[in-house]
Amino acid sequence: MTRVRVLVRPKEGILDPQGQAVEQALPALGFDGVSNVHVGRLVELDVDDPSQVPAMCEKLLANTLIEEFEVVEAEGARA
Amino acid sequence: MTTFGVIRFPGSCDEVDALQAARRVGDAKLLWHKDRDLGGVDAVVVPGGFSYGDYLRVGAIARFSPVMESVTEFARSGGLVLGICNGFQVLCEAGLLPGALLPNLGRRFICRQLGIEVVSDRTPWTSACEPDEVLSIPIKHTSGRYYVPEEQLADLNVVFRYAHDGNPNGSTNDIAGVANAEGNVVGLMPHPEHAVDALTGSADGLKLFESAVRERVAV
Repeated sequence: MTRVRVLVRPKEGILDPQGQAVEQALPALGFDGVSNVHVGRLVELDVDDPSQVPAMCEKLLANTLIEEFEVVEAEGARA
Repeated sequence: MTTFGVIRFPGSCDEVDALQAARRVGDAKLLWHKDRDLGGVDAVVVPGGFSYGDYLRVGAIARFSPVMESVTEFARSGGLVLGICNGFQVLCEAGLLPGALLPNLGRRFICRQLGIEVVSDRTPWTSACEPDEVLSIPIKHTSGRYYVPEEQLADLNVVFRYAHDGNPNGSTNDIAGVANAEGNVVGLMPHPEHAVDALTGSADGLKLFESAVRERVAV
């Protein structure tokens, strides 16, 4: 088993109101110098065959019309 | 008599209103999400709600349900399919309609009666409307911002627009509903099934169901 992380985020150029809300909230808490905040999704999975993950993303985990995805292999499977 | 099939997914919540709306102009029956058999219905309504909890993305899981396989086949062979709100989102995810629905720009759930302009009366779901007619129909959604890549806009079959500059959610070009190129599949965010009696404010939504019946008679 290989532990895989799939990061899904709004495609560039698509307005991301959730990211904007977070970006506006941070200075209010005293954190300055923050820009380009985007909120996406993290999908963690254990798979026998990591080479299948991009196809899983194309078909289900992301909607590639509005989202982009990145597959990251992580350390060890979760017990 | 025209028979409408209304799908019930786990998490649907507007299927009973859709059934009752359809029964004002024809016959209607429920289709369960595990059914592969559409039972010979003349038209399919994919209703609003939160199919499969809207987990992952709105409409993302529902599109893989057994009933949607049959609906896809039905749509591809010219069958009449109407997607309302979550149903619209499901049809986009299924690739039966172009585009996708994103979270409202204002980030909030919106529930409001709005003017909806009929851009095209040349679909089987709008043939009983007048061109440019404005229907009074409610919306109630959190993810209703219609998006389609700019290069697809020119060929897009727009059916409904938010009228009077009343774009509530940031949809591209005020789009409230679209059809596929053939016109037999229509999706919209507003809820015509909630506007079928003057007692609750408007009966304009019935026109979509009447259109489908008229289409059936014409065939």
